[in-house]
Amino acid sequence: MTVQTEESKSSNEDWKPKIIAFLCNWCSYAGADLAGVSRIQYPPSIRIVRVPCSGRVNPYFIIKSLTDGWDGVLISGCHPGDCHYLTGNLVARRRFAILNELLQFFGIEPGRVNFMWASAAEGERFAMLVRKATSIVKKLGPNNKFEKKW
Amino acid sequence: MGIDTENQEIENNIKKISLNLFKENKVDLIIGYKKGTLPLMAQPIIIDKEEDVDKLVWNNLCYVNLAKYLVPRIPKFVDAEKGNLRVGVVSKGCVGRALIHLASEKQLNLEEIKIIGFSCNGVINRQRIEQEIGQKEIREVFVKDDKIHVKGKDFELSFPYEEYLNELCKVCKVKSPPITAELSDVCVGECQEYSSISDDFNDVSDFELKTAEEKWEYVKNSLDICTRCYACREACPMCYCNLCFVDQNKPVWFGKTTDTSDIMVFHLIRAMHMAGRCVGCGACSSVCPVGIDLYLINRKLEEIVKRRYEFTSGLDPKILPPMMSYEMEESEEFMLEED
Ligand code: SF4
Ligand code: SF4
Repeated sequence: MTVQTEESKSSNEDWKPKIIAFLCNWCSYAGADLAGVSRIQYPPSIRIVRVPCSGRVNPYFIIKSLTDGWDGVLISGCHPGDCHYLTGNLVARRRFAILNELLQFFGIEPGRVNFMWASAAEGERFAMLVRKATSIVKKLGPNNKFEKKW
Repeated sequence: MGIDTENQEIENNIKKISLNLFKENKVDLIIGYKKGTLPLMAQPIIIDKEEDVDKLVWNNLCYVNLAKYLVPRIPKFVDAEKGNLRVGVVSKGCVGRALIHLASEKQLNLEEIKIIGFSCNGVINRQRIEQEIGQKEIREVFVKDDKIHVKGKDFELSFPYEEYLNELCKVCKVKSPPITAELSDVCVGECQEYSSISDDFNDVSDFELKTAEEKWEYVKNSLDICTRCYACREACPMCYCNLCFVDQNKPVWFGKTTDTSDIMVFHLIRAMHMAGRCVGCGACSSVCPVGIDLYLINRKLEEIVKRRYEFTSGLDPKILPPMMSYEMEESEEFMLEED
């Protein structure tokens, strides 16, 4: 899926990471929308997948994204207490906490997979955190660990 | 007291309790260990009458976690008319833990079970012994005077017992099956109440000092030889899904090859599924045909759930496992925040 070769990817100074973002329908996706309509600038590095709830984000999605060669993964849901389904994000948080630690145990750099909360009213925060996630992933360079080469 | 006399005592106790259970008609079947057909391994046995009680053994070669046979129940444990039969399970600490954890996941009704408990003195690290012996044929293995003696056609070697224990046994804190007040009639024999378990997890924190790159290399190198036979999954009492994610083909989530990425993903997700569930029995490592020791990963899981959720698997069937519950206020230091 990538046209660039591994070397040209990493040696390239203005290499732009590709980050897949799973946003929950009720808060974060609306937050991204708000950032958009408010014309707040954030890097075009993210590709958004809309999911019903952060609780819908199966850890497989995250790991699969890494094996498919995405440089970073971002998952965003409603703040605890604001979940449209009441507890979806609380269930998700435990999952993410453990997945995050395991990824690091397996040698994935902290910050390649990021988790955040952003409400529908937080367009500014959404843009800010996407900027932050992008710069972290950019520093880490291309994902070459879990990526399946063939 | 040497290990051999200790084992003898345990074995006699198991036999005595089992006999009583049959005599008092408290169980229909008992599952335990018998002498294996291979020298370095004891075998599970299911007995249904008093006379067979003599076949039961206990030694340091009983790797199998017997809880595996109860979830899902093998046909032998179900009667066409009577329904679920009452089963006595010869239980070292981790078998007891597995049973109790399975009950906390509502997979098992402890009322149909009798835990024949005893204080386990560990199982041998079979992989390591086999590696040391090499190609030669092992004909006899026994423990005497705190040494593991291995005999073959023209060699006899001995290994220090403490050192050649399974890695998880070395750090095991739950030697006898755990028990709570409500479980007092489930447990026969030696069980113990554990209010909480303190563990320093030094082995894990040593690993944590490595950089991401070093961790990746280390984990990759230790898993590289995995043939994806799934023996570790088959031996694990906690792996009871009808359809494992690696066998799923609608959709095919992950590759089924032995490519590095596929191997790492398999083990990562296997670990993910074991979080807060692994009871540290080491059965997975004992059965691996290529000698992969999943010990460190399993320890890490134990450490995570202990640190984050104050949880140790398999101690109390009333406590919901962490992945089945949630709380509003919880540490979320890993979340991305504005500066
Ligand atoms: S993962 Fe291994 S040590 Fe943990 S319960 Fe399963 S077989 Fe036992
Ligand atoms: S038993 Fe060993 S070789 Fe088989 S899948 Fe598990 S780790 Fe891999």
